[in-house]
Amino acid sequence: MSQIETFYDVMRRQGITRRSFMKYCSLTAAALGLSPAMVPKIAEAMETKPRTPVIWVHGLECTCCSESFIRSAHPLAKDVVLSMISLDYDDTLMAAAGHAAEAAFEDTIQKYKGNYILAVEGNPPLNEDGMFCITGGKPFVEKLRHAAKDAKAVISWGACASYGCVQAAKPNPTQATPVHKVITDKPIIKVPGCPPIAEVMTGVITYMLTFDRLPELDRQGRPAMFYGQRIHDKCYRRPHFDAGQFVEQWDDENARKGYCLYKMGCKGPTTYNACSTIRWNEGTSFPIQSGHGCIGCSEDGFWDQGSFYDRVTDLTQFGVEANADKVGMAAAGVVGAGVAAHAAITALKAAQKKTQSSKEEA
Amino acid sequence: MVTTPNGFDLDTTGRRIVVDPVTRIEGHMRCEVNVDDDGVIRNAVSTGTMWRGLEVILKGRDPRDAWAFTERICGVCTGTHALTSVRAVEDALGITIPDNANSIRNMMQLNLEIHDHVVHFYHLHALDWVNPVNALRADPKATSELQQAVSPSHPLSSPGYFRDVQNRLKKFVESGQLGLFKNGYWDNPAYLLPPEADLMATTHYLEALDLQKEIVKVHTIFGGKNPHPNWLVGGVPCPINVHSTGAVGAINMERLNLVSSIIDKCIEFNKNVYIPDVKAIGGFYKNWLYGGGLSSQACLAYGDIPENPNDFSPEQLHLPRGAIINGNLNEVLDVDPRDPDQVQEFVDHSWYDYGTPGKGLHPWDGVTEPRYELGPNAKGTKTNIKELDEAAKYSWIKAPRWKGHAMEVGPLARYVVGYAKGHEDIKDQVDGFLRDMDLPFDAIFSTLGRTAARALESEYCGRLQKHFFDKLITNIKNGDESTANIEKWDPSTWPKEAKGVGMTEAPRGALGHWIKIKDGRIENYQCVVPTTWNGSPRDTAGNIGAFEASLMNTPMERPDEPVEILRTLHSFDPCLACSTHVMSPDGEELTEVKVR
Repeated sequence: MSQIETFYDVMRRQGITRRSFMKYCSLTAAALGLSPAMVPKIAEAMETKPRTPVIWVHGLECTCCSESFIRSAHPLAKDVVLSMISLDYDDTLMAAAGHAAEAAFEDTIQKYKGNYILAVEGNPPLNEDGMFCITGGKPFVEKLRHAAKDAKAVISWGACASYGCVQAAKPNPTQATPVHKVITDKPIIKVPGCPPIAEVMTGVITYMLTFDRLPELDRQGRPAMFYGQRIHDKCYRRPHFDAGQFVEQWDDENARKGYCLYKMGCKGPTTYNACSTIRWNEGTSFPIQSGHGCIGCSEDGFWDQGSFYDRVTDLTQFGVEANADKVGMAAAGVVGAGVAAHAAITALKAAQKKTQSSKEEA
Repeated sequence: MVTTPNGFDLDTTGRRIVVDPVTRIEGHMRCEVNVDDDGVIRNAVSTGTMWRGLEVILKGRDPRDAWAFTERICGVCTGTHALTSVRAVEDALGITIPDNANSIRNMMQLNLEIHDHVVHFYHLHALDWVNPVNALRADPKATSELQQAVSPSHPLSSPGYFRDVQNRLKKFVESGQLGLFKNGYWDNPAYLLPPEADLMATTHYLEALDLQKEIVKVHTIFGGKNPHPNWLVGGVPCPINVHSTGAVGAINMERLNLVSSIIDKCIEFNKNVYIPDVKAIGGFYKNWLYGGGLSSQACLAYGDIPENPNDFSPEQLHLPRGAIINGNLNEVLDVDPRDPDQVQEFVDHSWYDYGTPGKGLHPWDGVTEPRYELGPNAKGTKTNIKELDEAAKYSWIKAPRWKGHAMEVGPLARYVVGYAKGHEDIKDQVDGFLRDMDLPFDAIFSTLGRTAARALESEYCGRLQKHFFDKLITNIKNGDESTANIEKWDPSTWPKEAKGVGMTEAPRGALGHWIKIKDGRIENYQCVVPTTWNGSPRDTAGNIGAFEASLMNTPMERPDEPVEILRTLHSFDPCLACSTHVMSPDGEELTEVKVR
């Protein structure tokens, strides 16, 4: 145990004092919307935990999720990879290839049965017997099923894994299929977006490491802490919407004043994501702040909802809440999925208790 | 033994080695080679192993939306497909963009080149040259001296700094959880660096990881996020307001200052870390000059970074345009993407069917009907491939050819074309590099040359990024704040039918989008992308593509450990999601296939 470097070790070694470390834990708690009472628990987790093995597989995708992940500023991607998780298989970043890579994959599954997290970027195509996405000479879907079988939990990174994304847009020629339609017996955390925000990705992982549980999920299986509200709800341009001040045309006077982009097709009113609060790339900006409407990339089937410049038509200015709620409900799918996920969380916790060697608060 | 029309002797009698998956690339790829008794590669087979069908998905959509779809072809070279797409639509509809939009687009494209090159070198390619496990044996003090010798102005160079990194690595390795380094080929004699160089480079792997998240903020400022910033047909979506009320909602002085500071960071990193590292590492590998492949005989570049908006004539482009064939560097041919006889795609060895064998089709007239089948000499089954039969169909990548020639594209191709054209900046860089390395000109036709060209280009793009920032400021000073031309935003202003081409130089090479618009909708969309060129399978005539050619005649230290194969393939920065998405332009239904 003493050989294993914990997150606390990392911070101490970088010259960070105990006091600053505790402050970091407080900030983490605040960022995750947790009460100050949780701070000691976060601190303890970071002081004692060995690194959790992660297998990160890639189906049909564009790698934007991996690219987003490495943009994380807090925590830094290097600290996640060196000190928080053990990324034992990730074909985008790993040193080994071919047989040696496949061996690392198998070895991790065998060694950490039931204790590794499976992160899925992209999705499996089911047409052509799955051979529209081949890895190791076999259909990707086989690899996905194999890795999922003994995983503790599955993270569906991004719109591809969560909903299908662009290759599943009509007519979906490869029958690209989201992960939860192929893996039906595991807790799945959907982290949608094309890609998801970097700090949301690392936030989900650190939450799981810190609290030994899945984040609370909404009916669609998304972490409620990051996907609980519409972009519109927290948009800094919302007062302009309420005041009826709109951009009427690209680069007009109103655009230069930062008015609301609703009339330019902004999908903020129907999109659940943290873009308007956490923002992108260390809080630098987000699409609306940079003058383009939201295209709704974290919503199911956003490619097939008409042009990105079509106004959200069933939205009247004062009826926005009710209408957008309806949109959210319609997209939410069956309630049963949420129940299943909850049952799985319980199972997960039980499994963890069994295997955790470190002391754990009741 | 067979000699290909482009001059390579293929011998399939030796032992077959399979590498699948090829890792540290974007997307999915397989590689098979035959090695002779001395472990020298005598036959190479490169296979794209994924297909997404994006172009059929684009059919019938609003052309103004196409940038968002095509941007999702690749999240690594994010934005470059979007830029190519808006250019194609603007070309088709005769839309001109304002000067500021040109400067901002150029900054975004250059920013991507730098980001992509840095991430490629440190996070996808470095482990082919650098051994992080060996870094544990380094003396931090000697590492510090090495750092100060190769890059006197880099501030992070103290012995204590390197000791800290080494300790962290040590703890990491000793934990027994090797993570990304697991099962690496760390005792393979193909690794030539002394421990101190390994420690320095591994340290920069971490520094570059921190830096790359800063670089992309230029995209975030102008496009709202990265990966996948937002673009706009007719200009850029970000308005400029530096003087008046509401400036906080637009590109204002604070935003511009942030852009400026990031541009400086890029320049500093290129100067203090990236270029010195390539020289330092390259110095230990300067006798390993394999991997030239097609670079000495056939290079293609479309050119990019127009000095002025709406003018794509070759002399106006900062990144050069041109084609070199038959190894004749004395003549650079002009490239016309509209000419039906220049760019053509072949599918005789790809998992598609044209109906008639041997046919090559220009992208505007392309047909793509997927047809997945293995040749008679393949081993395994259709869903469990052991060995491919390259005499038949063997890849999801088509075989594009320029006037019938297999071409290399990418930073090295751009630099070869630029050098041959007498491009002053490029010539200075290349000559200076070769002089510092004490290598002859021909040395650039190699894996190392490809890797060096990418670094030099990153440095050049840093300077250009600053140039266009200054140009933007000057233009704003002169009273022009315009960023979008909306004259033809409304589809009712469009002709009934139109067709256009967009071209860019993506980080990985020449990228083209061909669009046909009818009644305000996309009738046909085709992309021919860099890795389609580089990763192409054989064509009808039997010419091998750039990946395959580059592996030929390379000796392997240990044939079971594909360090040399990875090193050379990675030097192209393969992007498989890009290369393997082509789809039927006439919207032919896919053959119905069995659904699991």
